[in-house]
Amino acid sequence: MSESTSAATGESPQSESPTESAAVQAIRARWGADVDLAEENRGQWRVELRRREPLNDIVDHLVEEPSLRFDFCVDVTALDHYGEEPRFRAVYVLRSMQLREDLVLKVPVPEEDCWAPSLTGRFRTADWLEREAYDMFGITFRGHPNMIRILMPDIFEDHPLRKDFPMEGRMTDQEWAEWIIARAQREEA
Amino acid sequence: MASGSLTSLHVGESQEEGGALVTSVDAVVNWARRNSIWPLPLGLSCCAIEFMATAASRFDMARFGAEVARFSPKQADLMLVAGTLTYKMGEACRRLYDQMAEPKWVIAMGACASTGGMFRSYPVMQGIDHVIPVDYYIPGCPPRPEMVLNAIIHLQKTISEERSHKRLQLTSILGGGEKEE
Ligand code: SF4
Repeated sequence: MSESTSAATGESPQSESPTESAAVQAIRARWGADVDLAEENRGQWRVELRRREPLNDIVDHLVEEPSLRFDFCVDVTALDHYGEEPRFRAVYVLRSMQLREDLVLKVPVPEEDCWAPSLTGRFRTADWLEREAYDMFGITFRGHPNMIRILMPDIFEDHPLRKDFPMEGRMTDQEWAEWIIARAQREEA
Repeated sequence: MASGSLTSLHVGESQEEGGALVTSVDAVVNWARRNSIWPLPLGLSCCAIEFMATAASRFDMARFGAEVARFSPKQADLMLVAGTLTYKMGEACRRLYDQMAEPKWVIAMGACASTGGMFRSYPVMQGIDHVIPVDYYIPGCPPRPEMVLNAIIHLQKTISEERSHKRLQLTSILGGGEKEE
């Protein structure tokens, strides 16, 4: 049954049976209590978890299980549901070359305890992606070897993709210019 | 090049009676300078494409002696900032400017380089004149190549009116930074 459904999810229109893909079934079989929601959107399955702790085990299983082999990390990013509790979601997109399908995993991240599991132990591509998510949302990825900013300069203090961040930033051009000129001249000396 | 000997010619003259000689030296030096403005294209985003068109054969910046785009600041006279300057890039922009040998000029090409353009957002500097002194601003998003040529022609006029030996002091007042030499 699982074989036929995973093949069917390829291009299935909305009307076709919403039978869960093999990957979702594999997650449900072992971590059924942690699965909050599993939904399909144009052939791509999204699994929302109730807690973040089991994520690394789930990913390990998805990678190692011979019938699944989700061996490519497409993206690690985050969402800000400002005003809700928990506020953030960390989003991991995995791809199985063997099944030719993607799987989205979402875990909740509360604002006051702002961390998410890191996939760097499993995928080296997760390194920069998680640094970007940290830079933009301020979510610390536990287990990441080098959790520093990747896009914004070091003196930048905010996380600009948070919904409560003002679009034009908090530093004036004058402050930036002073910092830029001081840096340019210090390194030249 | 020959500027060493020209400067000493001037220094030897006293202020009152040096007029005729200095004027002609200015004329010669400025003639050379204005007809060989070698640009350092700091192509930061879409405006750089328009700069390429300006440099290519249809618009042909070579007609004004500015076709030799130099990618080393030490060989360039004109910093042509074409595009959106982010705060993070600001440091590189300033360092490149500081590394350019005198005399040097700056053109801010396009709305972004002049004022930040449409990007009133946290990473974008609202005009490159916060970090480097600008001689000419070109409006437009992106400006037509004719406008870039227009700015270069205006710059040529400016150069021909300059006192060739005063240039060093002028730029350091503007915050031009340390001279390389
Ligand atoms: S002024 Fe317009 S064309 Fe030029 S860099 Fe800005 S957005 Fe691009």
